Amino acid sequence: MKYKDYYQVLGVERDADTDAIKKAYRKLAHKYHPDVSKDPAGEEKFKEIADAYQTLKDPEKRAAYDQLGSHQPGQDFQPPPDWGKQFGDRRFSFDDVDLSDLFAGLAGGGQHAGRQGGTFQMPGQDYEVTAHITLEDASRGTTVDLNLSVPEYDEHGRLHRVQRSFQARVPKGATDGQRLRLRGKGGKGLNGGPDGDLYLNIALHPHALYRVSGHDLYLDLPLAPWEAALGAVVEVPTLGGSVHLKVPPGTHAGQKLRLSRRGLPKPSAGEGDLYAIVQIVVPTVLSERERALFKELSDGSTFNPRGHFEQEIRNGNPAS
Amino acid sequence: MEIQQADAVWLDDRLEFSCAELARFSGLSDAELRELVDCGALVPNNPQQTEWTFSGDVVVTVRAAGRLRADFELEPQALALAVTLIGRIRELEAQIGNLRAQLPRRFP
Repeated sequence: MKYKDYYQVLGVERDADTDAIKKAYRKLAHKYHPDVSKDPAGEEKFKEIADAYQTLKDPEKRAAYDQLGSHQPGQDFQPPPDWGKQFGDRRFSFDDVDLSDLFAGLAGGGQHAGRQGGTFQMPGQDYEVTAHITLEDASRGTTVDLNLSVPEYDEHGRLHRVQRSFQARVPKGATDGQRLRLRGKGGKGLNGGPDGDLYLNIALHPHALYRVSGHDLYLDLPLAPWEAALGAVVEVPTLGGSVHLKVPPGTHAGQKLRLSRRGLPKPSAGEGDLYAIVQIVVPTVLSERERALFKELSDGSTFNPRGHFEQEIRNGNPAS
Repeated sequence: MEIQQADAVWLDDRLEFSCAELARFSGLSDAELRELVDCGALVPNNPQQTEWTFSGDVVVTVRAAGRLRADFELEPQALALAVTLIGRIRELEAQIGNLRAQLPRRFP
């Protein structure tokens, strides 16, 4: 079992009083709590902080923790002989548990007596995991491989870490930030208590072409100036294969051209839309011929793209 | 080793949960859930009836509320305020995300 220095995690001295421990915990919780923090590593950090606080705020657990001695964080160690017996004759297997499992096992005096063979029913723990999937997977539906390391009690009431592996079928219709529930796939219930649930948070990988907004997709559509001015039919990639998009004459930069129902499928029915956002792109290097044609257009055109500036300029109003 | 397969279901408005189910999912008491409803942080599908039901997407909110209550030892009023403000932040983040999606990414 790996040692964790709970005092170091909270940044307090080993002789800190309960108030100092609580204050240190609150400060760190504000910074790293997953429902408050934007730190990507916040969830993992908060788990460590919460484990430390749950142990050190409880006098019985803190005494038990202190009796483990002081070791280097991450160092393998074994609790002293008969360590568990001092705390209600609880039985532990120290090889395949986490330090936090050990102290969760000490929780609440007789509350968890059922773990040692009583009849107290207790639901299994719920878990939340984030599933990173591609836009294509979200569009078609996919399966996600899940490997969880969860604490479970054996038939002798001893706590072990067990690996649980299964594939979760994610139906089509996912988008960023959506949640799914896998009933009964969390921790095992005790003494006939229901198994916990597993919650999946969907996170879409960024895509090279498409940006996601709910079930709608946005795509940049570069057009040559003459395509925008004269209109064109251009080939546009979509998740379901390329389509021909008619660009009307006089299309301007920033205009959104909608391809109906070419976005992500929705869970219930229907699909989002795909929006092609027009960008007018000019060649950075011109051939002689192109230069001559642009010059001819410039000389012959009466188009003034800054006509709306003229009134302001005539009035002599300074730009604000 | 045989890999089991399990079906995931969307937590959205096609599902409906009772107050008792939300209490089980979140660890919140019935009184705490009622406080969240009274403060407008949770909206039942049928507010006029005595046995409230809630849309499936509320599960995410109440689970977060359960965590906040436990981890910050919040009393019900403070919890309702925190849930309301976090909900507003999530809405604004979603609006920013939607607007960002409409900004051109590259300019060749």
